[in-house]
This record gives sequence, C-alpha cells and structure tokens, in this order.
Amino acid sequence: MSALAPSALTASLGHTVLLTARQLRAFARVPAYLVMNLVQPMIWLLLFGQLFRSVVQIPGFGGGDDFLVFLTPGIVMMTAMFGSAWTGTTYIQDMDRGVMDRLLTSPARRGALIGATLLYQAILTVVQTLVVVGVAWLAGARFAGGLPGILVLVLAAVLLTVIFGALSDAVALLTRQQTALIGISQILSFPLMFLSSAIMDTRLAPEWVAGIARYNPFEWAVAAGRGALQRSPDWAAIWGHLGLLAALGIVMAALATSAFRVYRRSV
Amino acid sequence: MTSTPAIRADGLRKTYPARRGAPRLVALDGLTFSVEAGTIFALLGPNGAGKSTTVKILTTLSHADSGTAEVAGIDVRRHPERVRRAVGFVAQKPVTDPMDTGRENLVLAGRLQGMPGPAARERAAELLDRFSLAPAADRLVKTYSGGMARKLDVAIGLMHRPQVLFLDEPTTGLDPEARADMWAELESMARVEQMTVLLTTHYLDEADRLASRLAIVDYGRVVAEGTPDDLKNGLRGDAVVVELAPQLDAEGVSGAVRVVSALPGLTEVAAEGRVLRSRAESGAATLPRVLAALEDAGVAVSSATVARPSLDDVYLRHTGRSLATQTLEGARA
Repeated sequence: MSALAPSALTASLGHTVLLTARQLRAFARVPAYLVMNLVQPMIWLLLFGQLFRSVVQIPGFGGGDDFLVFLTPGIVMMTAMFGSAWTGTTYIQDMDRGVMDRLLTSPARRGALIGATLLYQAILTVVQTLVVVGVAWLAGARFAGGLPGILVLVLAAVLLTVIFGALSDAVALLTRQQTALIGISQILSFPLMFLSSAIMDTRLAPEWVAGIARYNPFEWAVAAGRGALQRSPDWAAIWGHLGLLAALGIVMAALATSAFRVYRRSV
Repeated sequence: MTSTPAIRADGLRKTYPARRGAPRLVALDGLTFSVEAGTIFALLGPNGAGKSTTVKILTTLSHADSGTAEVAGIDVRRHPERVRRAVGFVAQKPVTDPMDTGRENLVLAGRLQGMPGPAARERAAELLDRFSLAPAADRLVKTYSGGMARKLDVAIGLMHRPQVLFLDEPTTGLDPEARADMWAELESMARVEQMTVLLTTHYLDEADRLASRLAIVDYGRVVAEGTPDDLKNGLRGDAVVVELAPQLDAEGVSGAVRVVSALPGLTEVAAEGRVLRSRAESGAATLPRVLAALEDAGVAVSSATVARPSLDDVYLRHTGRSLATQTLEGARA
C-alpha cells in the first residue's frame, strides 16, 4: 500500500474504531467470554505460583527470591500469546457468512479490517495484564519497577499480541479453518512458551534452550516486561527487545494484510 | 435511451484452478450483457452457471481473467474504490453479524460507507420501518427468522442509497410465504429508491415477476436475453402437453410420437417418459385433433394441458434442459 492521503488515513482509523466496537459488543454479550478471559490467567498465576514456588531455592536461580514476582510477567505474556492465537476467529465467522465479502466490497480498507481485530485483541490483553498484575499484588508480590515498569509490561504484551494476532489473521484468511487456529496455539505457542524464561530461569535450563530463547519473540516480551519491573532496569536491553517486537509486529501485520489477496483469489 | 448503461459486462472470462493435473474450471466464458439505468435485471440460470461469479466481479470482490466491466460508468478493475461507493452487495450468504442487533448492523454498514452517525441512524430507522423490521430492530440478528434476516440483508445493501444494488439469490432458502413477502418488498423498493438492481435467481417465476429484462446464463455465457415477454413470444405458440396412460410401453410411446408428428400445425414434438410435449400456434384449436388422432391409433391418454409459453420453456429451448431438473442436480452437487 502506498502512502495514504490524510483523508484516507482518517477514514481508515474511523473504520478501525467502528469494526473494533462491533467485536467489543459481541464480546460483552457473552459474559462467559469475560469470565474465561479473566479467570484463566488468574488460575495460571496461582497454580504455577504454588507449584514451582521452591525453584527460587535452586542454586543458580537468578530471578530474585520471590517466585511470584518472577512469574508474573511470564503469565502476562502467556495470556497475551494464547489469547491472540484466536484473533482470526472473527474472520472465520465473517467468511462462513457473507460478512467478509460485504466488507471487501465496501469502502472499508484492508488495513482497517486487520487493525480492528488487532486493536480488539490488544484491549483484551491490556485488561488481562492489569488483572494478572492486580492478583499477583493481592497475593503478596511487590514490583520494584513501579508504574513505569507496569506500563512497559503492558506495552510488551500489546506488541506480542500484535505479532500473534496478525499471524492468526493471516492463517484464518489463508485456510478459512478454525482448526488451523487451534494449530497455532498447540504447535507454535506451547513450544515458544517452554523455550523461554516465562516460568523458569533459562540459566537453569540446557544451553540450547537459552540459545533458542534469544530468537524467540515470546522471550523478548517476557524479558522486556520482567526487566522493567526490576529496581534498576537495564533500559537499553528493554528498548532493544521492544524494538524487535515492534519491527516483527509491523512485518506480521503487513503479511496479514496481503493475505486478503489470497482470500479474494479464492472467492 | 442513449444514456450510459448502469452495468456493462463485455466478454468476461474467469477460470478457477481445478484438482492437480486437471484443466482449470471455466466459470465464465465470454459473458456479455448490459443493464439500463433504473431497471431491474435478472441473471437466470442453474447453480454453477456463473451468476455469482459475475456478481463478484462486478462488485470488485473478484477479478476476471479477461474482459471488461463497468458499473455506474466506472471500470471495476481500474477504480474499484469508486465502484464500492456506488454499489450495494447482498451476497448469497447472510451479510449480517448475528451478534449485533438489526439496527447496529445497519448503522455500521452506513458508517463504513462514510455516512455520518446521525444520518446513518436516521436511514437505518427508515429502512427498518420500510421492511417491517422495526419491532425487531434492537434484537440480536441470531434471533431473526430466515425471512426477517434476508430482509435485513437487503436493507444493508440499501443503506447508502447505492446507484446499483446487487442481490445474489435473494430468496433462495426462504419458504414460499417469506419469498412472496420478499418479492413485494423488492417491488416497492425499486419504486421508492429509483436505482438499478441486478438480481440472480434460479427461480423462473422470480425473474418473470421482478425483472424488466433478463439474461439466461448457461455454462458461463448468456444464451438468451430480453424482456420476459419477448423471450416467451420468441417461442411462438402454446405448449401442448399430453400425458399418456401408465400401461403404455416404450414402443407405444414412440408410436404415439409418430402419430402426433404427422398432424399438421404441430412442431417440436418430443417425449420425456410418458409425457408428450409439442408446440402449436393455437393450442386450444389443436388439442382436440391431437386427442382424436391418438384415440384412432388406440393410445390411451391420462391427461392433456395447453399452456402459454413460460420462461421454463424459454430455458428449455435455449439450453436443451429443463431448469427445474438442473437446479435439483446443482443442489445435490
């Protein structure tokens, strides 16, 4: 897509907001979604927090002496990644009906269609992140990084959501199968989660795990969020990770937008 | 009329990839037609004839491999974004979000077309009223009956007062009552909105009732085009149909065909099972002679009818197949 005229950009933003509002209305109409989306991260936080509490006592563990503080950014990113794997569900539903075809024959821009699904998913991520942090705080975790640390944690979670949300959109447009989205969460998300420091310090894992983790976008998000919650954050490393996440997010969103071309060829 | 046609399709060709190794499937094979502004035009044909593909190309959803098309005077390939402002599109599948209310669906559609909020809400209320959906306006669409949901689909296509409205099989899947209701709505809509409507259908009676002109589409080409009356008059004469008695064997049937063929004034004599079809300038004058000749030959007759030509006869004449059987086969495929 070439440079947009200011009026086209305004229209795209307007369309993004209108379509995001549609998804938020649908979400609000099924209270079970809300419960599931809020309860699941809490269960993970409290379950993993109890189950692995004693790993802080393993010699060589470098994540501080409170496992809940160590774990919270990991759970935040898990919630963001597993949630955003379902972003393309909206497209599957719209394609099963004639809604997608109608949108594509309206002046709504493809960028706005992608943008709306990502904005919607990002809003869910922000709410879930704040819930996880709040529950951790109630359970006794204290974050030395304070408000700036939490803001960076939220930003990293949103960027991770953009990456996986755009991937989910692209897979939905290419395959039109809800089962393909299950594939993303089962085949991709789980290994990425275990090949990271989300629930375990990678310094305690085999060297190859730490090696792979360096190239794992999920790990970039965990490292940025956890780093920012420290007493004296290493801002250079944090901004480096955020930059990598943002760059990958832009690439994935562009990829998803071009997947519309494949869908249109098949109709 | 010398004005620019509202729709002009010229030599549209479209193929889809088939299974590996097989030649590509031809959906459109040089489809050409044009629609005068302000009229209702029907594309009539069985499933798979290329009707939906045509609509998808004209509404910018899909691209033709070759050929050109203009809608509202705008080239669909060169200026798709301008075409999208000029058309409303009601797909074969429902175009509404089931988790939104009827009103929310309409307002969203209007606003995506660039209508300001108050104007979109006003127009939505007007259309909900017109389609008798006002009592259900604030219910989720998933609670609507099939007929209500389809009327809402049409209303969505009308929100921004498009110059050209595309309706892809607007009544397929509706029960007879809902279909009659939809026909009445579409007729009054065409009067009020003063726009061009292209509808696709495999119902002959639908094309006959709603369209001022129609094109019969078969294997991706237009095989006949005109007003419903032109097409029927083109057949010249009435259909004379005689159902022979059930105890007759194949030899008896072919004997009956010979007897009837020998009569003067009867053309296109053919048998389909035990049903003997033919055409005559005046069916009422010819039928007694047909029955007398059959009685002389000792052939028993169960029933006999004379009918003015229908679009089904037109379809049969131009494609060699009856549309009713085609549609059933298409639905099974």
